[in-house]
Amino acid sequence: MRVLTRYCYLVLSLLLWGTQAHATLNIEIFGGGSKRIPIAIVPFSQEERLPQSITSVVTADLERTGLFKMVGTFGQTPHEPGDIVYTDWQSRGTSAIVIGSTHLLPDGRVDVRFRLMDVAKASQITGFTGVIPSDQLRVAAHRIADIIYEALTGDVGVFSTRIAFVVKGGNKYALQIADSDGYNAQSIIEYTEPIISPAWSPDGSKIAYVSFENKKPVIYVQTLATRERKAVANFKGSNSAPAWSPNGDKLAVVLTLHGGSQIFLINADGSGLQRLAQSPGIDTEPNFSPDGRSIIFTSDRGGSPQIYRMAISEGNAGAAERLTFEGSYNVSPRFSPDGKSFTYIHRNGDRFNIALQGFNNRQVQLLTNSKFDESPSFAPNGKMILYATEISGRGILSVVSSDGQTKQRLSSQTGDIREPSWGPWLKSQRNNHFIN
Amino acid sequence: MKKLLTVLIICLLSACASQNKQSAEVDDPAMRSGGSGSQDGANSGNGSGFGLNPLRDPNNILSQRSVYYDYDSYTIKSEYRELVLAHARYLRDNGDAKVLLQGNTDERGSREYNLALGQKRANSVKNAMLLSGARDHQIEAVSLGEEKPRATEHGESAWAENRRADILYQGEY
Repeated sequence: MRVLTRYCYLVLSLLLWGTQAHATLNIEIFGGGSKRIPIAIVPFSQEERLPQSITSVVTADLERTGLFKMVGTFGQTPHEPGDIVYTDWQSRGTSAIVIGSTHLLPDGRVDVRFRLMDVAKASQITGFTGVIPSDQLRVAAHRIADIIYEALTGDVGVFSTRIAFVVKGGNKYALQIADSDGYNAQSIIEYTEPIISPAWSPDGSKIAYVSFENKKPVIYVQTLATRERKAVANFKGSNSAPAWSPNGDKLAVVLTLHGGSQIFLINADGSGLQRLAQSPGIDTEPNFSPDGRSIIFTSDRGGSPQIYRMAISEGNAGAAERLTFEGSYNVSPRFSPDGKSFTYIHRNGDRFNIALQGFNNRQVQLLTNSKFDESPSFAPNGKMILYATEISGRGILSVVSSDGQTKQRLSSQTGDIREPSWGPWLKSQRNNHFIN
Repeated sequence: MKKLLTVLIICLLSACASQNKQSAEVDDPAMRSGGSGSQDGANSGNGSGFGLNPLRDPNNILSQRSVYYDYDSYTIKSEYRELVLAHARYLRDNGDAKVLLQGNTDERGSREYNLALGQKRANSVKNAMLLSGARDHQIEAVSLGEEKPRATEHGESAWAENRRADILYQGEY
């Protein structure tokens, strides 16, 4: 009886939990409590006078990773190290505090100072100061979040990176680029025909994508700085699924020159067509390993779509090895940045979910449980996966931590959103001015 | 209390079971019989066969332009063989005619995999046409995957409508 009752409570609480998750539209965070770093972020002085809050962006960035537990400020608002009563923060279980100040300058720019303080040691861990144009305050906030993230976790942050995705509004399709939290979205191209499969060049300067503007799929590469674009694969039949080689020289593409969908290599300017592999069925969705020595891809050669890997040397592919065995539908594979695992879409009954699998242990971990998840894409540090999902028939973007513990929807977006792709780190993103 | 909870659990389990049943991938050809291709010829005017482009004459099988498929399948079903054969003969007899075959899929699953599946559907029509006298240079088989659904609702009848290959003659695309 006792066991049964307990089981019932479990069912009931799961039910309740389910309802709550549906009711909260912006943030759904669960699990992982014990490992989280307790941190307090004190609103910076005079932040309310700025056109854009900085600390709210920093807080949202850090929360999305699932690695931090936000501790309230309990009415205390220190802005300088001398204002901090460390014992108070210690008694609330806080291990780090973020403090800072902002000064709106007469020319409209903002002098921003921030410090990350270690509560136990009563000392500064790191800091940052800069004069920021008022339209760059979100950029500065993402940089501050990166500094905090790196100082406290030892990993490099990804908040200053950018993401690409496709928005459908009415009969219009726009390929957009936005900040990692979905804000500051800008269209790089708009059409009345579909756009799919955006792929960032490794240096972040170009995006390859598939456009249907010619009544069939054709692969374009567009340079972001100049908006100049070129059809790099426009062969007879369909042209799709572009994937950059790690050094940016080549693209793996899927063409139907000889009938079915097969993987080819071309140079990034469209020249030098070369067939990579040959199979009687569908081969598609190629993705290069970080070292460029192999690709993973989707193939139905075994009777159902599954994920395979093959080695590549000098443009020739070795034998394909099947990687997925659970279920009858595993598609859209992407290597993790360290090359040790891959993410993909696994059909789980009538649901399509994000899965993560190691190359060594072959263990499959399902990270999501929603209905229609698509297009997983790793953050450059491998700690989060961006994907498309659906709510009430509308596509939205969501981020899940690679341990599956934390999920958050990117709520800034409007329209029907799909086909996200997380961009790389840019060199220019790492020149901060530190204060000690 | 115990009874109530037991009932609740049974309800939950049966709800799960019936949900699973919904996903059965059944195709119902009856629900769209006669619908194929009618949008092309419907507005072509006076209905008389004389002087009318056979491709647009609603009484001519050539005005039918859509081949429908079962879930995850690219086999041309017997009810569409006559239609494909008629277009193949037209291409054979009109050497200058050219067609674009566009394969389509329902919205479920990966966009790129669906693109490949749509290609298989377009290829199945192309191969059947080649076997019946059409020539390779007259036909381009491409895929639109799930990107251009004719039926935009979400559900089996819309999905069935979208698992399709369309035959478009030059000038129609």
